[in-house]
Amino acid sequence: MDIHEYQAKELLTKFGVSIAPGGLAYSPEQAVYRAKEIGGNKWVVKAQIHSGARGKAGGVKVCTSEDEVLAAATEMLGRTLVTHQTGPQGKVVYRLYVEEGADIEREIYVALVLDRVKQRVAMVVSSEGGMDIEEVAATNPDAIIRTEIEPQVGLTDFQAREIAFKLNLPPALITQAVKTFKGAYRSFTELDATMVEINPLVVTKGGHIRALDAKMAFDSNALFRRPQIAELRDKSQEDPRETAASDYGLSYVGLDGDIGCMINGAGLAMASLDMIKHKGGEPANFLDIGGGASPERVAKAFELVLADEGVKAFLVNIFAGINRCDWIAEGIVQAFKQVEVKVPLVVRLSGTNVEQGQKIIDESGLPIISAHTLAEAAEKVVEARNQAVGA
Amino acid sequence: MTVLLNEKTKVIVQGFTGKIGTFHAEEMMNYGTNLVGGVTPGKGGREHLGKPVFNTVKEAVQEAGAEASIIFVPAAFAADSIMEAADAGIKYCVAISDGIPAQDMMTVKRYMYRYKKEDRMVLTGPNCAGTISPGKAMLGIMPDHIYMEGNVGVVGRSGTLGYEAASQMKERGIGITTSVGIGGDPINGSSHRDILEHFENDPDTKAVMMIGEIGGPQEAEAAEYFKNHVTKPLVAYIAGLTAPKGRRMGHAGAIVSGVGESAAEKVALLKEAGVVVAPTPSDLGSTMEQVLKDL
Repeated sequence: MDIHEYQAKELLTKFGVSIAPGGLAYSPEQAVYRAKEIGGNKWVVKAQIHSGARGKAGGVKVCTSEDEVLAAATEMLGRTLVTHQTGPQGKVVYRLYVEEGADIEREIYVALVLDRVKQRVAMVVSSEGGMDIEEVAATNPDAIIRTEIEPQVGLTDFQAREIAFKLNLPPALITQAVKTFKGAYRSFTELDATMVEINPLVVTKGGHIRALDAKMAFDSNALFRRPQIAELRDKSQEDPRETAASDYGLSYVGLDGDIGCMINGAGLAMASLDMIKHKGGEPANFLDIGGGASPERVAKAFELVLADEGVKAFLVNIFAGINRCDWIAEGIVQAFKQVEVKVPLVVRLSGTNVEQGQKIIDESGLPIISAHTLAEAAEKVVEARNQAVGA
Repeated sequence: MTVLLNEKTKVIVQGFTGKIGTFHAEEMMNYGTNLVGGVTPGKGGREHLGKPVFNTVKEAVQEAGAEASIIFVPAAFAADSIMEAADAGIKYCVAISDGIPAQDMMTVKRYMYRYKKEDRMVLTGPNCAGTISPGKAMLGIMPDHIYMEGNVGVVGRSGTLGYEAASQMKERGIGITTSVGIGGDPINGSSHRDILEHFENDPDTKAVMMIGEIGGPQEAEAAEYFKNHVTKPLVAYIAGLTAPKGRRMGHAGAIVSGVGESAAEKVALLKEAGVVVAPTPSDLGSTMEQVLKDL
């Protein structure tokens, strides 16, 4: 689960990471009020969307007067920002964060990630702050300082000092840096984060270390014990289809093609998408209905897939283990009664109770195209799609 | 021979008396698995499905001689159950539970390192379909009829794609020594490489099928291990060629978040190491058939 920059900053301050004074605004007038509250003569107005690279998309403006703040806020609120992380549909700006402008001496990159090789948390720091870390890894790998953290001990003082000295920070700033690094690490473990990124962490001309931008993502599997994090979820930043799916315990990812898919199991779902592509089609979505799918869940999944008006053909591919093909088949028949199915439907059933399931489909009298293997299913659905669009 | 599990292995179910535990315990017994009891804290001393229920895994080891366990405990408590099994002297544990927090799995892995390698429990999963040695024993939730006894070892992250592989092979008369699900989580008990090592050391396994997917380093590690240590042919498939970067595709661990984690990059690495990569997921059986013919 992702959260906004202002939320991440609020969390980080509780762990001893310093930030600039700032406040949230839902209207241009409120943005001006925030600027007044902060004082001074330089502010940054920042669009709050779940994405990085907002600056390039026009989501970050430095302002030196209240009029400029008003103008920037008016322009940003309600606008859809498109970055390489949002996808082509972009994300709508409903909230702004107004912050005191900083006089920057130096920018540093700091992140904590789950290191899947070492199976522990790693801290990744780079002297090239403000830049995309993958770009730095490709062009200047020596600028990256990577520290593995022993889970039972945590980030130690000496490790944090080592990072600070490698960054050539002046001795007067070492204590502040150590506090920041250790705080960021504690926020990661104590809140069950999967990623904490402070980019940039800046050294101000006044000699302060501050998080200028912050991004945090959390382990959805751990939200049950982090109610304060679960509350930060902002559904306006999610694909509405994905939100609807998650409410029903379905795992859905919207894609750009026109062949709708409903599959059980994440691996088989990915493989089916690959197979469709191999046969010349383009999948409209990834949808894993999971184990033990009830007829109600199947009907809900139908509704979700078919709600996408771009869908021209529909593939159901089930290899039943915990599921049973007869349940799935009953679910499909029931779904036809509840949802208008206007596109050709290809169904492939395999595994537990396949004969009973196939019988239900065959005797239903519904316009269902049956397939027996994965290859046949993909071929038939691509064919049906091509016929439907007259290609 | 098989790896990790055979008809003699004494198995217990952790989360035995719950609905899911009960259902799958019966299925496993019907298949011929040597189930010797189960654990549900607070229900010790009773009988369930004609087998003894214990309060702790230690009791199950001492009194029923349990060697392997399968965990159906809810995700919030599953990490603790895995550590209990490791501490009690269980040799092999399959964790089925889906949704264990990643940091809990870090703790589990760290905890298991307390034991010397030769005493350390082997863990597969979590978030997997389990392990089956066809014709002998099943420690999982798979549809058992699609597996045929034979000479191919199977290791995979996905449950249903593993079923797809098993049934494609069965159609061609190709059987399996053992099929091991390692699960779809970012931090899991055993890697592809670990299971590959078991198959390399099993005289009855003639070839191995590895089913990987996007995300994480484990297929690359397996490629490296294969190149330097494996004498048997390896057929691989990587799911998620069409998956967009940065999106989680169902499995908690199926996300391309860095260099080397995409399906295309993994396929290239595997091919470079001499692994035979099935071009599509419907070629799993035919590719293995060809490899076995060439042996």
